[in-house]
Amino acid sequence: MIIHQVLFIVFGIICVAGAVNLLVQRHPINSALSLVVVMASLALIYLLLGAEFVAAIQVIVYAGAIMVLFVFVIMLLNAGAEERTRGSQVALFVGVPGMIALAATVGWLLVHSGGQLGGVTISSSSFGETHQIARLLFKDFLLPFEITSVLILIAIMGAVVLGKREN
Amino acid sequence: MDIKTFIIAAVIKIALVVFIMLTGVAYTTWLERKVIGRIQNRWGPTRVGPFGLLQPLADGIKFILKEDLLPDYVHKGLFILAPMLALVMSLISIAVIPFGESITIDGHTTALQISGMVSSSGGISDINIGLLIILGVTSIGVYGVALAGWSSNSKYSLLGSLRASAQMISYELALGLSLVGILLLSGSLSLREIVFSQSGNWVLGGHDTHIPHWFIFPQIVGFFIYLLAAYAETNRIPFDMPEAETELVAGYHTEYSSMKFAMFFMAEYVNMFTVACLATLLFFGGWHGPQLGFLPPIGQALLPVLYFAAKVFFFIFLYIWIRGTLPRFRYDQLMAFGWKFLLPLAIANIIITSLIVAWRG
Repeated sequence: MIIHQVLFIVFGIICVAGAVNLLVQRHPINSALSLVVVMASLALIYLLLGAEFVAAIQVIVYAGAIMVLFVFVIMLLNAGAEERTRGSQVALFVGVPGMIALAATVGWLLVHSGGQLGGVTISSSSFGETHQIARLLFKDFLLPFEITSVLILIAIMGAVVLGKREN
Repeated sequence: MDIKTFIIAAVIKIALVVFIMLTGVAYTTWLERKVIGRIQNRWGPTRVGPFGLLQPLADGIKFILKEDLLPDYVHKGLFILAPMLALVMSLISIAVIPFGESITIDGHTTALQISGMVSSSGGISDINIGLLIILGVTSIGVYGVALAGWSSNSKYSLLGSLRASAQMISYELALGLSLVGILLLSGSLSLREIVFSQSGNWVLGGHDTHIPHWFIFPQIVGFFIYLLAAYAETNRIPFDMPEAETELVAGYHTEYSSMKFAMFFMAEYVNMFTVACLATLLFFGGWHGPQLGFLPPIGQALLPVLYFAAKVFFFIFLYIWIRGTLPRFRYDQLMAFGWKFLLPLAIANIIITSLIVAWRG
C-alpha cells in the first residue's frame, strides 16, 4: 500500500503543478498542454482508486478528444501570446482574501471534524469494473443518463444553428 | 511469483519486445521499398548487402550521423518534445498486446505479453481494459503530430498538422465504434479474453462448420470500418493528406531532420504494427491456428506466436500493397467519407449486432 501512497503524492503534485502552470503560462498552447497534464494525472489517480474504466475514459475523452480540439482551435486561430495586464483591483481586494478565507474554512473543517465526515468503503472486488459501471448507467440510472445525453444533443444542435446563422 | 522474478521477467520482456519491434520496423521499410519497387517494375534497394538486406542498417547509420538541425524561430521545447511524444506513445501501446498464451522456461512460466501476469493459481491475468488503453494512448499520440506542425513555425507544417489532427479526431470515432461489435460478442475489454472467446470452430444448428470461431465472420462490416479508419489514423496512403508531398512538401515533419525525423518515421511504422496486431487479435483469432501434434514441445509452444506473426505480416503487407495501388483522397472526400459513410455504417453495425446478441440471449 505504501507504493499507492507514494504514487498518489507524486501524481497529486504533478496535477497541482500542471494546474498552476496553466494559469501562469502566457501562451494559450502551453496552457492547453498543462491542462492535458492535469487530465492525465487525474486519470492516474482514478486508476489508483481502482476505477480503471473511468481512468481510461478520462484519458480518451478529456486528454484525447476534448484537449486535442482545444489545441486544434488554438492552432487554427494562430493565437499568440497573451498580454499581461496589471490585474483588476476587485480580484486583488476581494478575490485573494476570499480565497484565503475559503481555504482556511475547508482546512479547519477537515482537521477538526475529519473523522465525522464519513467515508466510502469499497464493497466488492468488482468495484469500478466496466460491467459494474454499465449496470449502473443502463439499469439503475438509465433515465438520468439518457436525459443527459439528450441535453448534450440539444447543445450540439444549438451550436450548429448558431454556426449556420451567418450564411 | 515473487517481486524479484517479476521485475527480471518484465525487463527481459520489454527489452525483447522493443528490440523485435524496432527490427521489425526497420525491415518493414526494406520490405516496403522492395514491394513498391516490384509493383512499379523496378528493383528497389539492391546495393547494400544481398538483396539490399543491410539497407535499413545503412539508413539507421545515416539518420544518426546527419546534422540535427534546429531551425530558427521554432518553438524549441515543443519542437523537441513532439517526435519523442509520437514515438513513446506508439511504443506504449505495444505493452498491452498479447503475442501468445504463455511460455515456460526453466520452470518459470511467463505470459507472452509485457503487461500479462501469472497469478498465484497459475492462470494468466491481463489488464482488463487493454483495448481502452490502446485507444487512449493513440489519442494522446495525436499531440505529437499536432505539436510538431505548430512548433515548426512553417506554413506547410502547420497545414499538415491541422489536417492530421482533424483527420485523426474524425476517424477515431469510426474506429472506436467499429470495435463495439467485438465487445458485444466477446463481453470483455481484455485483449486476452477476446482472443480466448475466438477459440474453436463456429457451430451452426448443432454441427461443426469447420470454420474457425473468428470474429471476422459475424463482424465483416466492423472489420472493414476498422481497417479503413485505422489506415486513416496512421496517416498512410490513401489517407496521407497530412504529409501529401505534392502539396505540403512533407507535411508536419517538413522542418525535421536526422533522428527527430527518424522518430516520426519509427512512430508511424510502430503504429502500423499496432493496427496490424489489433486486427489480428480482434478479428482473426489472435494466436489461434491449427495444432500440429508432430512438432517437439518447444515447437508446440512457439507455434501460436508464429501464427500471430504470420497474421500480422499479412496486414503489414496489405498496407504496402495498398500504398502501391491506390491514389490519395481529396481532403473534402476524406472528411465526407469518414463522417457521412463510415460513422453511420459503424452505428448501424452496432445496432444490428446488439439486436442479434440480445435475441440470442
